[in-house]
Amino acid sequence: MSGVAKTKGPGDTVPAAGDLVVLNGVNKHFGALHVLQDIDLTIARGEVVVVIGPSGSGKSTLCRTINRLETIDSGSISIDGKPLPQEGKELARLRADVGMVFQSFNLFAHKTVLENVMLGQVKVRRTEKKVAEKKARALLDRVGVGSQSDKYPAQLSGGQQQRVAIARALAMDPKVILFDEPTSALDPEMINEVLEVMQQLARDGMTMVVVTHEMGFARSAANRVVFMADGRIVEEAQPEEFFSNPRSDRAKDFLSKILHH
Amino acid sequence: MFDFLDSGQYDLLDAFWVTVQLAVYSAIGSLIWGTALAGMRVGPVPIMRSFGTAYVNVVRNTPLTLVIIGCSLGLSQTLGFSMGADNFDDIGFRMAVLGLTAYTGTFVCEALRSGINTVPVGQAEAARALGLGFFQVLTLIVLPQAFRAVVAPLTNVLIALTKNTTVAAAIGVAEASLLMKEMIENEADAIFAVFSVFAFGFVVLTLPTGLLLGWVAKRVAVKR
Repeated sequence: MSGVAKTKGPGDTVPAAGDLVVLNGVNKHFGALHVLQDIDLTIARGEVVVVIGPSGSGKSTLCRTINRLETIDSGSISIDGKPLPQEGKELARLRADVGMVFQSFNLFAHKTVLENVMLGQVKVRRTEKKVAEKKARALLDRVGVGSQSDKYPAQLSGGQQQRVAIARALAMDPKVILFDEPTSALDPEMINEVLEVMQQLARDGMTMVVVTHEMGFARSAANRVVFMADGRIVEEAQPEEFFSNPRSDRAKDFLSKILHH
Repeated sequence: MFDFLDSGQYDLLDAFWVTVQLAVYSAIGSLIWGTALAGMRVGPVPIMRSFGTAYVNVVRNTPLTLVIIGCSLGLSQTLGFSMGADNFDDIGFRMAVLGLTAYTGTFVCEALRSGINTVPVGQAEAARALGLGFFQVLTLIVLPQAFRAVVAPLTNVLIALTKNTTVAAAIGVAEASLLMKEMIENEADAIFAVFSVFAFGFVVLTLPTGLLLGWVAKRVAVKR
């Protein structure tokens, strides 16, 4: 981890219930582009880690390697002590425990909102339909779209769709949820409704990895900010520390560009 | 001009009924077989992918007459494969259905594959992220959306299939065009009348199919 400025202040309130996601020396190339370079990252149970950085820095790719939507060239990733298996039944089982929320929502377009939230429970967890429906309705209420449950995704606003996507992830009772730029495709007035749901999740103790450009969310909800640039983790710190006193020049440069407008 | 229809000598309805049966059985068969082929061609197993590709390219580019005569002369008469039938008529009918299915399945496969390309990658990614396996992702998420996108091209395939049933006359199946051949010989003076009767018969079969499926295509279209 050379060149990484790490800050763990005395006020560090990360629950020490063991490491949930561990990335060790992860490398990945897209052709000639070395998109992830020797990534070491550990995420503890109940921790909210926000990954920020300029476009093309590899943060989305990092997020997608954690449930193996992107394969890696070298290094290791383990979740709850188990290394990520090859594509197959094992991997599917592991993915069921890792929720994912995408930038473009990716709700199943041919299924209603309710069916979207029930599908994983019924087909992967083998939950009884009635039980799954009850849970789905409760989750949809929780994210504030309970009244839309019989509509199709295309009939909802972006903010509503993303909240349904969060409910769909929650329905699997995941150990950790990955958020890949969850608000980047939203109109400005819809960003807050999604962030509020995420804030609530963070308060409830969900383990979250959030790739985002929302610095406000990073400040208020994150236990730790990971700053990436050019495929490397350049800096890891508590949010207050990072935003008020970034160590690396790369982070100073990045923050000066986004915060001073 | 159309008095030959009243002679009672020709059973038009019977002949067209055989055509309908050929078309319906082959449609069901080729939809199933075509879906299986498409599954192989997009699947993760290399040997299945190569089989699917090779099969589609060979059979799609072979004349249907050859496929059907191949089934009859090759499979049935040379290899003694009868598909559980015990008389000449039934064997011929089943061989024709087999040939039509084998042939039309390739077109269904390719239509479906273009439909799969209309389904955004994110749909499959979201399904995989939930923990669904390849087969579940294909059957629950990708194919249902792909089918909805290709109802119109599949209608073309089914209409072509209905008309292609006439090739079964080559192995002696008593469908409409075999009767037409007989009538052309017997009613040479009314040849245009004979043609128009059969042309009309096929339009009666295919036009409603096109209209119905056109309506279905609009109803099931996925909104994005």
